[in-house]
Amino acid sequence: MTRDMGWIDIGALDDVPLRGARLVKSRAGCIAVFRTGENEVFATSNTCLHRGGPLSEGIVHDRKVTCPLHNHVYSLETGEVQGADSGRIATYPIRIENGRLLLEAAAIAKADAA
Amino acid sequence: MPKEKLVIVGAGMASGRLLEHLFEAEPDRFEVTVFNAEPRGCYNRIMLSPVLSGEKSWSEIVTHDDAWYAAKGVTCRFGEKVVAIDRARKTVSGERGEVPYDRLVIATGSSPFIIPVPGRDLPGVVSYRDLDDTNAMIEACKPGARAVVIGGGLLGLEAAAGLRLRGMEVTVLHLSGHLMERQIDASAGYLLKQDLERRGIDVRLKASTAEILGEGRVEGVRLIDDTEIPADLVVMAVGIRPSTALAAAATLEVGRGILVDAQMRSATDPEVFALGECVEFEGAVFGLVAPLYDQAKVLAKTLLGEDDTFVLRELSTKLKVTGCDLFSAGDFAEGEGREDVVFRDPARGVYKRLVIEGDRLIGAVMYGDTADGGWFHGLIKDRADVSEMRETLIFGPAFQGGEPLDPTAAVAALQPEAEICGCNGVCKGSIVEAIGAGATDLGAVRAKTKASASCGTCTGLVEQILAVTMGGDYAAPKAQPVCGCTDITHEDLRRLIKAQELKSQPAVWQELGWRTPNGCHVCRPAVNYYLLADWPLDYTDDPQSRFVNERNHANIQKDGSYSVMPRMWGGITTPDELRAIADAADRYGVPTVKVTGGQRIDLLGVKKEDLPAIWGDLNAAGMVSGHGYTKGLRTVKTCVGTDWCRFGTQDSTGLGIRLEKMLWGSWTPHKVKLGVSGCPRNCAEATCKDVGIICVDSGFEIGVSGAAGMDVKEVERLAKVATEDEVVEWVVAFVQLYREHAKYLDRPYKWTAKVGMDWVRETLADAATRADLNHRFAISQSVYQRDPWAERTEEQQKRRYLPLADLTLEAAE
Ligand code: SRM
Ligand SMILES: Cc1cc2nc3c(=O)[nH]c(=O)nc-3n(C[C@H](O)[C@H](O)[C@H](O)COP(=O)(O)OP(=O)(O)OC[C@H]3O[C@@H](n4cnc5c(N)ncnc54)[C@H](O)[C@@H]3O)c2cc1C
Ligand code: SF4
Ligand code: FES
Repeated sequence: MTRDMGWIDIGALDDVPLRGARLVKSRAGCIAVFRTGENEVFATSNTCLHRGGPLSEGIVHDRKVTCPLHNHVYSLETGEVQGADSGRIATYPIRIENGRLLLEAAAIAKADAA
Repeated sequence: MPKEKLVIVGAGMASGRLLEHLFEAEPDRFEVTVFNAEPRGCYNRIMLSPVLSGEKSWSEIVTHDDAWYAAKGVTCRFGEKVVAIDRARKTVSGERGEVPYDRLVIATGSSPFIIPVPGRDLPGVVSYRDLDDTNAMIEACKPGARAVVIGGGLLGLEAAAGLRLRGMEVTVLHLSGHLMERQIDASAGYLLKQDLERRGIDVRLKASTAEILGEGRVEGVRLIDDTEIPADLVVMAVGIRPSTALAAAATLEVGRGILVDAQMRSATDPEVFALGECVEFEGAVFGLVAPLYDQAKVLAKTLLGEDDTFVLRELSTKLKVTGCDLFSAGDFAEGEGREDVVFRDPARGVYKRLVIEGDRLIGAVMYGDTADGGWFHGLIKDRADVSEMRETLIFGPAFQGGEPLDPTAAVAALQPEAEICGCNGVCKGSIVEAIGAGATDLGAVRAKTKASASCGTCTGLVEQILAVTMGGDYAAPKAQPVCGCTDITHEDLRRLIKAQELKSQPAVWQELGWRTPNGCHVCRPAVNYYLLADWPLDYTDDPQSRFVNERNHANIQKDGSYSVMPRMWGGITTPDELRAIADAADRYGVPTVKVTGGQRIDLLGVKKEDLPAIWGDLNAAGMVSGHGYTKGLRTVKTCVGTDWCRFGTQDSTGLGIRLEKMLWGSWTPHKVKLGVSGCPRNCAEATCKDVGIICVDSGFEIGVSGAAGMDVKEVERLAKVATEDEVVEWVVAFVQLYREHAKYLDRPYKWTAKVGMDWVRETLADAATRADLNHRFAISQSVYQRDPWAERTEEQQKRRYLPLADLTLEAAE
């Protein structure tokens, strides 16, 4: 794992399946890293607000994920729960560079302190 | 005043354009030397594709010939590579000597990326970048010769189409799930693939090259799944890399490309500039000429001491393959606050998708009809407010300012002889007549005229005719669509997948007019199941369209841990198996070991990252996955039968095991459970299973469609047979009929209630039909009867069960 100007290399884009997700453990808690059908990546808290379902195991569609336990749907961009339910999970800055995934170190550290 | 010495490395499209601007503005200011590794000057590289296909000749694409350079007094050192730059002494060294510069422009373009597989250096393996590559390909085109093109992007497809036009047998290998995935979405990719296949090009998706085969010369390509494809020519077109080695050796700062500012000046040295595909600007690198021409204009100004700034613009892509009309521009990813407008015309193979954010159009993808591409591209670039024309935007500029379109008005205006149903040749007049004669709903019109009874794409039209003809009397059917992505019901979806031979998810979305770009969590698992059930050999199961349990091959628990349940064939186990289960429970700290209601043992609370290891241990003891998590065969519950029981009439345990060994691994619309009891006392509770067998003295009574979950229901008699072989034949036929017809998530009892037990009995009464169903089931099992545990203990697969990264120590700093 290399660090570069506040961004942490967490792996290759291709390690995350298309329309899928992987889990990253951090001191701020578990983070889900998503890859959409259009090859964009997003990082959010892995934990569903309903009963803590692991969002990295949900079905990814559009820029959304459906929780595997009871089907709450979240926007990957805003972390907002969709539909009738309400609430918001944390989202983290992430970007792709040369096929590598970079997660912002500061965002995780901040969450850590909070 | 002596002229300034300008040295340019690379005589490509960008530097050609730069020279034009310079000489036009101040013909006498610079003394120019141009090096080029290629033994020729500048030509229109993007027109190599028409040269390859034979639609253009070489001389037609030369943009700057010898006479042009001579007239401008340019010293041409073509066919000479620059090997070093000495920035301290301000000289460049070509292979044949040194030249001093006052200012230096690096315009070395890109180099093709060569995938590092064995055999990549064999003669007959070419890339696609310059005239020499093109000529090598043309030379290889002998009648009957075979080409494999690795890479289904813009370049690869142009190469494939050109080679095909010259008579080669061409196969395209593409790593991703759809062609040109960077430029277009899956739906457009699906149509593109169809068009290429229509011209005889064999397109293989998700194909990963392992090795290029051949002794002394290329003879073929081997994929990682061990498929071998013979080839006389292999074209590598998997991507390009900016050519930065020269700049890096001269200690200029290089990221992905040579770093430049908005004046095209290198980040490191004010007298050194870079231009074209070799540069990186604000994180972007380039692969199309439009922005390079902008760069050339800016750099000319900079060199002349004037102000100008290079800015990134939205680009659009087209493919130069005659007859494959595709267009894409802007950002076409879906998302929050973005609205997709999708238009599909399955009959013409047209797909258009606009992405709107707020009042602006931000992206467009089109296939089949791209006439309006330029107009959309303009709206995107200009960030135009499109709120006024939103409703009709997708119909293009011709419709703007007119009346909004009313589809029923269009149908009302059709002449009676207008054909509505192409499959059955039914015109509007016959439908109106049938309605007049009392056919007042879709089913009745279908029965009377056959309109929409075959492929079904005209169903919407027929309904509109009903609406127009009957006015307020027509109540549109309220059938439940699969989900919000479509109006089609599960039943129609299954029928159309078969009738239209739809074999991929994008095919379903396109041909059946899905309103979303790639479905949702409701339709994706259903479509995935229907496709794999109907086309086991053509369709590849998509794990990303499965619920978590089926994707991970274990049941997720409320705390995010998993359960592991090995198969115990017919409920029979051995001391060795029990020991292995006990050992595994100890080794992985399993909190709960439970005997299930299905006659086997469940290990609950296993951590995800331990799954491959515990499976490996159980595999080693001869056990396979019990599929306690699938919409597929679960358990076959048995009793002890003639082996031990004083009432047993047949070998119920043996028959149960035989059925389980036959059916395990198959995917079904919902789960399937069997029971086999040795006598009517029914200790295996066979009379409330999806399939239940009661053994009697004279043979076997087969019952189906029982239930004991949310509903409780006794099985209905399917048949009484004399031998075990017949039991197996009937049961497999029933399960296959269920697999082929039921709605996703209907247990057998729900399905038979819809189609009627009589229909099921009648269908299965025919021995030939039963044999066909058995045959189709066997084909499916040849693909799907695999132990998922064994497949997931391989290193590559194992990694998927681990976190991508563990930063618990990282963030502490
Ligand atoms: C483990 C087990 C309970 C036990 O401890 O005995 C069990 C556990 C679950 N059952 Fe069951 N069922 C178990 C036997 C049954 C039985 C009895 C039987 O098979 O003889 C039934 C009634 C018969 C039937 O299938 O209808 C049964 C009817 C259900 C239903 C209702 C199905 C229905 O169509 O009405 C569900 C819900 C569903 O599938 O949608 C369900 C779902 C579940 C799920 C998968 C719930 C879930 O989605 O997480 C539970 C998974 C726990 C896990 O992680 O292992 N389970 N479940 C049994 C495993 C049997 C096996 O060896 O594979
Ligand atoms: C087959 C094909 C089809 C294409 N189709 C399209 C299209 O439809 N639309 C589109 O916009 N773009 C298309 N492109 C891309 C387009 O051609 C490039 O973007 C463009 O040519 C790049 O221009 P350039 O000047 O940066 O580099 P190039 O045109 O590649 O020129 C660089 C030159 O530098 C020379 N060179 C490199 N290193 C050295 C050195 N050390 N010493 C001396 N010389 C050196 C090379 O030999 C080369 O001649 C296509 C490309 C190809 C190959
Ligand atoms: S009855 Fe089945 S689904 Fe319900 S809690 Fe028990 S195991 Fe879970
Ligand atoms: S835990 Fe996510 S929906 Fe219930």
